[in-house]
Amino acid sequence: MSTQTPPTGTPHSTGALHDDDLAGVPVFDSVGDDWSDIAAEAARLGEERIVVNMGPQHPSTHGVLRLMLEIDGETVTEARAGIGYLHTGIEKTMEYRTWAQGVTLCTRMDYLAPLFQEGAYCLAVEKLLGVTDDVPERASVVRVLVMELNRISSHLVFLGTGGNEMGATTVMMLGFQAREDVLEILEMITGLRMNHGYIRPGGVSQDVPPDTTAFVRKKMKSVRGYLRGLEDLVLANPIVHLRMKETGYLSTAACMALGLTGPLLRATGLPYDVRKTEPYCGYETYDFDIPTATEADNYARMIVRLEEIYQSIRIVEQTCDRLDATTGAPVMVADKKIAWPAQISVAGDGQGQSPAHVKQILGTSMEALIHHFKLVTEGFRVPPGQVWQSIEHARGTMGVHLVSDGGTHPYRAHFRDPSFNNLQATSVMCEGGQVADVVVSIASIDPVLGGVDR
Amino acid sequence: MTTSEDKTPARGQAVVRAEAGEHPLLEIVDIRHGMFGPSGTGDTSGYGGLVTTVVLPGPSERPYGGWFDEVVDVLAEVMDEDGPGFAQAVEYVVVDRGELTLHVAAEHLVTVCQALRDDPDLRFELSLGVSGVHYPADEHRELHAVYHLVSVTHGRQLRLEVAVDDADRHIPSTTSVYPTNDWHERETFDFFGIVFDGHPGLSRIHMPDDWAGHPQRKDYPLNGIPVEFKGATVPPPDERRAYR
Repeated sequence: MSTQTPPTGTPHSTGALHDDDLAGVPVFDSVGDDWSDIAAEAARLGEERIVVNMGPQHPSTHGVLRLMLEIDGETVTEARAGIGYLHTGIEKTMEYRTWAQGVTLCTRMDYLAPLFQEGAYCLAVEKLLGVTDDVPERASVVRVLVMELNRISSHLVFLGTGGNEMGATTVMMLGFQAREDVLEILEMITGLRMNHGYIRPGGVSQDVPPDTTAFVRKKMKSVRGYLRGLEDLVLANPIVHLRMKETGYLSTAACMALGLTGPLLRATGLPYDVRKTEPYCGYETYDFDIPTATEADNYARMIVRLEEIYQSIRIVEQTCDRLDATTGAPVMVADKKIAWPAQISVAGDGQGQSPAHVKQILGTSMEALIHHFKLVTEGFRVPPGQVWQSIEHARGTMGVHLVSDGGTHPYRAHFRDPSFNNLQATSVMCEGGQVADVVVSIASIDPVLGGVDR
Repeated sequence: MTTSEDKTPARGQAVVRAEAGEHPLLEIVDIRHGMFGPSGTGDTSGYGGLVTTVVLPGPSERPYGGWFDEVVDVLAEVMDEDGPGFAQAVEYVVVDRGELTLHVAAEHLVTVCQALRDDPDLRFELSLGVSGVHYPADEHRELHAVYHLVSVTHGRQLRLEVAVDDADRHIPSTTSVYPTNDWHERETFDFFGIVFDGHPGLSRIHMPDDWAGHPQRKDYPLNGIPVEFKGATVPPPDERRAYR
C-alpha cells in the first residue's frame, strides 16, 4: 500500500504507512511533568476512556472556548470548559482611562452585542453621577432602539451559527443576511457596524440621521421576511427536532442555582426579564411581552430567542414612532460639565466635525475652547461611591459594578457578563449525553468569548 | 440593628467621625497628593501640594427607606434567632444612590447568605456573582469582595460587601449556597488573590495557571510599553501625566 511513498523514503501523508516505512524516522513521545503518571494510570485502568480536547480552535465553539470532554464510547462522562484564551484585561485598562473613554473599551467585550455593554456602563456612570433623571427622553428612546436592534442581530447570529453547526449552511446564510439589514441600520445611526462607542455617559454621541425611522421600518419589514424563511427552514425540520428536542435539559432550579438568566431561564417557564423587573431607559412605557417556553431543552431556547426577535421588532417600531414625535429634541444631558462638547456631522469623506462647533471654539469663544479642551483631555469627575446596574443583555442579565474614588477614571469597573456565568452550565448540560449533543448544547448557551474572557 | 457607636471600634482606622454633615461616619479609602497622575513627573501647575481625602459613603442611619428597613429587620430577626446575632454578622449598613449594601463580617458570610436565600420574606435566590475591589489605603481592610444578590420573588436587589486584611486574605466560599459563585470566586481569586476557603476547585480562570501576581490589584502595574511615534516617545498610560 505504500505506492505513494516518494522515492526518497520520507513518509507521505497520502499513503498508509507500514512499519518498515518508518525506519529512521524520528519518533516523538510526550514526556515531562506528570504525563508518565497519567499514561500509566490510563493503561492500568484499561478503560475505553478517551479525553478529547475540543478547542480552543474549533469552529463550533464560538471562538476560543476549550472543552475538555471525557468520552466513553459516544457518551460524554465529564465535560469541563476552559476559558481565558481571549482575556485582554479590559477592566484593568479602564482604570487608566477617563469615564467617557470607558465606553470605547467596554464595547469590545461581547462583540456581538456591543451596545448592551455601552448601555449598562453608561447607566451605571449616570447613577454614580446622579443624573439618571436628567438624561433626555429622546436619548433613552435612541438607546432602546439601538439595544433592541442589537438584540435582534445577536439572536440572528445565534440562529445562523446554530444552524451551521448542525450542518445547515442555508440557515446561516439567511441569518447573516437578515443580520446585515440590522447592521446597516446600526451603521447609519452610529457610523460603525460593531464596537460603536455610541452610547455615552449622559446620552448618546449624536442624534440619529433625519431619515432613520423610514429606513428602520423598511429594514424591519425585510427582517420579518428573512425570519419567515428561517422558520420555514427550521421549525418543521426533522433533523432540527431530533438534535435539539430533549437535549441539554436545564430545569428552573438548575438555572437559579447556576445563576443562568436570559433565554436559558425563560425556556424553563420563568418570565424573568430585567426590562420588566428593574426597568431602565423607560422600558416600562413600552408594550412588549416576555416569551417563555416550558420544555427547557435546546429547542425551547431557540424558540424563545425567535420569539424575542419579534418582541424586539415590536419595541423598535414603537421607538420609531417616538423618534418621529421628538424630532430635534436633545440627546445629551444639558449639564455642560458632562456633555461631550460637539455633535459630529459626517462630511462627504465619512469623517468630520461639526463646522458650527469648530467655528464657535476657534473663532468666537476662548472659554468654549478651554472648556472643550478640559472636558476632552481631563474628563469629568464622578462623586465617590459604588453602584450596580443590571440590564437585560441578549444573553441574560448583564451587571456592571462601578466604583469611583471621585476622580476622572473609574477606580474599579467590573462586568458580570452573562456568557461568562452561563458557560458554567456546560457540564450540567453535556454530561451523560451524546458527543454530538455537546455542540448543540453549547450553541444554545450562545456564548461569546470576547465577553466571557474580557 | 444597633446604634452606630457599637460598630465604631470594630472598623478600626478606616472610620473617622466627621464634625458635621450628612454622613456621621465616613470611610477614608485613600489620601491623594497633587493633582496629576504618577508622582515625580514635574508637576509645575502649583497644585503639587494639594491633599485630597477620598471618602466613600459611610454607614447610614435608619430609616433606610423603601423596603430596605423591612429586609434588614427580617435579616436581624433571623440572625438573632438562629445565627451569630445581627450585630456580629453585619458590621454596618450603607444606603447610597438608592442601593442597599450590607457590610458583612467574613466569618459569618455563609450564614448571612443562607438566611438571605432561604427565608421566605427575603428570598434572594439569584446571585449575580462576586467582584473584588482593592483599597490599599483602607488599613487591615484592603481587599473587598462584593456580592450582588437578586430576589426574583420580591423584585429586589442588594449587595453584600466583605472586607479582609491583605495579610490574611481568606473569605469562606459561598458556593454551598450559590453554586453560580464558583467561577466568580475563581475570577476574584485570579484578579485579587482573595482565597475562598471551601471552594471546590479554586484555580485561576482567566490568567495562565503559572501566572505570578494578581492583575487587578492596585499594586500590580499596567505593564504598558512606551510607543514611539514620529520620533517622539509616548509613555504607557500608567506612567503618563494624567488628571486624577
